[in-house]
Amino acid sequence: MSLHEVFRDCAAQRRAALIGYLPAGFPTVPDSVELFRAMVRGDGDTAGCDVVEIGLPYSDPVMDGPTIQTASGEALRNGFRVRQLFDIVSTVAETGAAPVVMTYWNPVHHYGPDAFARDLAAAGGLGVITPDLVPDEADEWLAAARQHRLDRIFLVAPSSTERRLAMTAGAGSGFLYAASVMGVTGARDSVSGSARELVRRTRAHTELPVGVGLGVRTAEHAAEVAQFADGVIVGSAFVERARQDGAAGVAEFAADLGRGVRRNSTSIP
Amino acid sequence: MTARDSDTARRAATPGEATPDGHDPDPGGHFGSYGGRFMPEALIAAQDELADEYEKARNDPEFVAELERLLRDYAGRPSPLTEAERFGAHAGGARVFLKREDLNHTGSHKINNVLGQALLVKRMGKRRVIAETGAGQHGVATATACALLDLDCVVYMGATDTERQALNVARMRLLGAEVRPVDTGSATLKDAINEALRDWVANVADTHYLLGTAAGAHPFPLMVRNLHRIIGEESREQVLRHTGGLPDAVVACVGGGSNAIGIFHGFIDDPGVRLVGMEAGGHGLDSGEHGAALTSGTPGTLHGARSYLLQDEDGQIAEAYSISAGLDYPGVGPEHAWLADTGRAEYRAVTDDEAMHAFRLLSRTEGIIPAIESAHALAGALRLGAELGPEAVLVVNLSGRGDKDMDTAAQYFGLVPEAGITGEDQR
Repeated sequence: MSLHEVFRDCAAQRRAALIGYLPAGFPTVPDSVELFRAMVRGDGDTAGCDVVEIGLPYSDPVMDGPTIQTASGEALRNGFRVRQLFDIVSTVAETGAAPVVMTYWNPVHHYGPDAFARDLAAAGGLGVITPDLVPDEADEWLAAARQHRLDRIFLVAPSSTERRLAMTAGAGSGFLYAASVMGVTGARDSVSGSARELVRRTRAHTELPVGVGLGVRTAEHAAEVAQFADGVIVGSAFVERARQDGAAGVAEFAADLGRGVRRNSTSIP
Repeated sequence: MTARDSDTARRAATPGEATPDGHDPDPGGHFGSYGGRFMPEALIAAQDELADEYEKARNDPEFVAELERLLRDYAGRPSPLTEAERFGAHAGGARVFLKREDLNHTGSHKINNVLGQALLVKRMGKRRVIAETGAGQHGVATATACALLDLDCVVYMGATDTERQALNVARMRLLGAEVRPVDTGSATLKDAINEALRDWVANVADTHYLLGTAAGAHPFPLMVRNLHRIIGEESREQVLRHTGGLPDAVVACVGGGSNAIGIFHGFIDDPGVRLVGMEAGGHGLDSGEHGAALTSGTPGTLHGARSYLLQDEDGQIAEAYSISAGLDYPGVGPEHAWLADTGRAEYRAVTDDEAMHAFRLLSRTEGIIPAIESAHALAGALRLGAELGPEAVLVVNLSGRGDKDMDTAAQYFGLVPEAGITGEDQR
């Protein structure tokens, strides 16, 4: 299934897609595989994530707050290597969820953009979210991703100008990642009103689905964001839940969030 | 050189540039394949605003005059060029001239950049300045400019460094800045930059990130270089006056590379003048403990730009090491990467021991205690002088004074009983 199909199917159910993030190899590679599976499984009642965002742990994650920084650091200290990413992606693909990778640019630059795209596609990955690569600098990546049929998921932010929203939407595929607030990743008590405005502004430039991330941490938030966005992205809150309650907690939380994005499924966004 | 030539031609056509020198990056901030903006989208608007405002400012006679006034009346420019005869005798008998950035207010070249950027902050109507610092030089300079211009100042500093440089923390606080220790990652300079970037993303509407070196995303490498170009311009005039000719080589230390790019640019169109950058060799390049991104790193992206950097086989950024905190950085400014690839500048590494030898030698032969950063350039001059012989004329950028390094020096040389003895002699 492609990302396009995932969002199309969710739209047919009149709901937003649930997108869950965890770092690969956190706390260890086998543990992270269990966490990713739990994230997709949900509970007996409600399925979990439609899209799984597999974070590539990086030494200098400037867009991440303390929760994800610490988790990524732990993965690296426990010996995570980039080559292990692709096996994890395969495992996630086998669950039936849509795997995408979220990575800072340097590890891809170092691996070689074309080789990275090739290996990711071969493992069943569908796309890459690039928090510190804007389309202005992405020629090599765009070529590699097109060559290997991967989606190119760029970020838009409240500070993005109309011209940049249009340019970014034009370069992206799969979906656009809307950063709900000006800031780094991390669970917040409320989801900023700027998210709704950013989604509205972005939609004026594109037919691509728009996912909202940064700060979503409860089923309530998820339900709220699902009313105006095509995807609800949850990261730091999954990391926190994994720390507290392991795979069982992650499965339960994913189901809660799944109910959140389905709560208003009869309303038209 | 084809790319360079077309680049030059395009830039030369840009109207209204106050000091065109044909070496500016393309409009996206690229020096060849280096530089650019590998930044979160959230910060691009601020970078665009900064680039626009900087372009306007540097072509605005009022801004230029105000900066010149501050550099003269506040920072003490021009800094002298001092001939170091007794030191030169140890450098193969070459004539060695020291560009005395150590005599600037706050004790290093850093003041040139912070005064320019702080004026720009006022012009942009922002109230809050954040900065990173390693040893504290840039943090102190930034706190100084913010005190002078009435700006709020927050300095991020690795927790390892706040301990090593407690006195500089006190200086910054005395000047009214808030110092925030950073204990993430390796708790050193690169992590302080990461934390400053995180702050900037969240507060960009009213905050300027006053980056301390000619690295980072466009327009920082261009802007910081231009603000330090006065070092090279003065040096060129001064050495012509002293010797009637141009030097054989200009030598500077390179961490992020701001003092080096500043002095290099005074001579960049003089093809007979060798431009030599000295990187931190730490315990030796083979030891893996060093900060020599150009000499032994590979291309990658860090802190917003593509350049050479120290990284492992997975592209994870490696920790740098140097006895000098100011050179303890795994990256380097993108223009240096470009100058290295084109061959216009050459880069070498100097070990801790070579730098400390030069540190003591300058102190004893000239009565000048250099910053340990600058001592790397002096060690480079000793080598170059030996290679070139007594006919050679060398200009060395003495980028800072060594007061801040006395703890390190006292320990290294065993100068105070409490500091212990490290095997160096006690003379």
